[in-house]
Amino acid sequence: MFFNSLLTNFAALEVGQHLYWQIGNIRLHGQVFLTSWILLGALLVFISLGTKKMENDPKGLQNLLEFLWDYIRDLARTQIGEKVYRDWMPFIGTLFLFVFVSNWGGALIPWRLIKLPSGELGAPTADINTTIALALLVSLSYFYAGLSNKGWRYFEYYVHPTPIMLPFKILEDFTKPLSLSFRLFGNILADELVVGVLVFLVPLILPIPVMFLGLFTSAIQALIFATLAAYYIGEAVEEHH
Amino acid sequence: MLAFNFFGATEGGLFDINATLPLMAIQVVALTYILNSLFFKPVGNVVEKREKFVSNNIIEAKNKLSEVKKLEADLLTQLQSARTEAQRIVSEAENESDKLYKEALEFANNEANASKEKARLEIESQTSAARDQLSKQADDLSELIVNRLILEK
Repeated sequence: MFFNSLLTNFAALEVGQHLYWQIGNIRLHGQVFLTSWILLGALLVFISLGTKKMENDPKGLQNLLEFLWDYIRDLARTQIGEKVYRDWMPFIGTLFLFVFVSNWGGALIPWRLIKLPSGELGAPTADINTTIALALLVSLSYFYAGLSNKGWRYFEYYVHPTPIMLPFKILEDFTKPLSLSFRLFGNILADELVVGVLVFLVPLILPIPVMFLGLFTSAIQALIFATLAAYYIGEAVEEHH
Repeated sequence: MLAFNFFGATEGGLFDINATLPLMAIQVVALTYILNSLFFKPVGNVVEKREKFVSNNIIEAKNKLSEVKKLEADLLTQLQSARTEAQRIVSEAENESDKLYKEALEFANNEANASKEKARLEIESQTSAARDQLSKQADDLSELIVNRLILEK
């Protein structure tokens, strides 16, 4: 009897259920877009409030935004290098902010309270589509960065120390987006599931440390994603001598 | 446990990849442009302007400091030279006054000597004159005595 109710309640976690939107022939995961629009809207409001009245002596929100800008610049500069980091800083920063806001928004906002006809709201980065989209954008960017900076000499990178490296370097082009997307997806989904299961089993106190751990993981994953993206771009534009 | 059906579901599942992927990619690219114009450019301008301002100020302050140090050294050498010049003038004046004093002393000495010599000469001449007169008177007297004696005989 108890076991049965446990099972139905587990089913209430609704893993892998989606809120489908049908537009013509294409089907979308509505809950991903809903949460991402809410979170990005909040991010944009926050940023426009902070940059509304920029002063030479920063106050309040502007301070925070400048700190964030400085942090992203340092990240891009150390990974990509002094020469081209300026071109890629907005992209790296957007990746960082998007992943960070998605992860934290998914962990901090009690989305479960909002009932959907199917599926449930949560971190947009807990959906494989989002993480693959980000990872493929990173792949495209490092190819573009390499080709636009070095032209056809970019492909020297594939045979760089010795031509023996060629198959491994080609394999890397596939493993890079794969690892990027699955790392983020797995971490965030696992965190959501662990918190969900714990809240279901012990709805008092016990989930709180796991929730904090989840916040920590979320921030670290955003940093890892942005750092790796910057590193791949830096690797592509690096000059070999 | 239907919900844990990860793979192979005709609809749903964790690895259900559909048009969400390209749309999300487009959304992120759009977000990049929006954040670039809303966040990265304006904040970057402000921060870099301030960094330039600060570094310019530091350079300016360093220049001013070195100028001050140069002026200080200049002043010190000027002070030094003024001090030696003053010392020179003082010693010169001392020498001058010393010389003048010596000259005056010598002059006074000479004058005194001259007047002493003159007085001595005068005394001498008067003494000799007196002596002459005395001897003449003595002669006269002796002659008179002699004459008296002769005549009384």
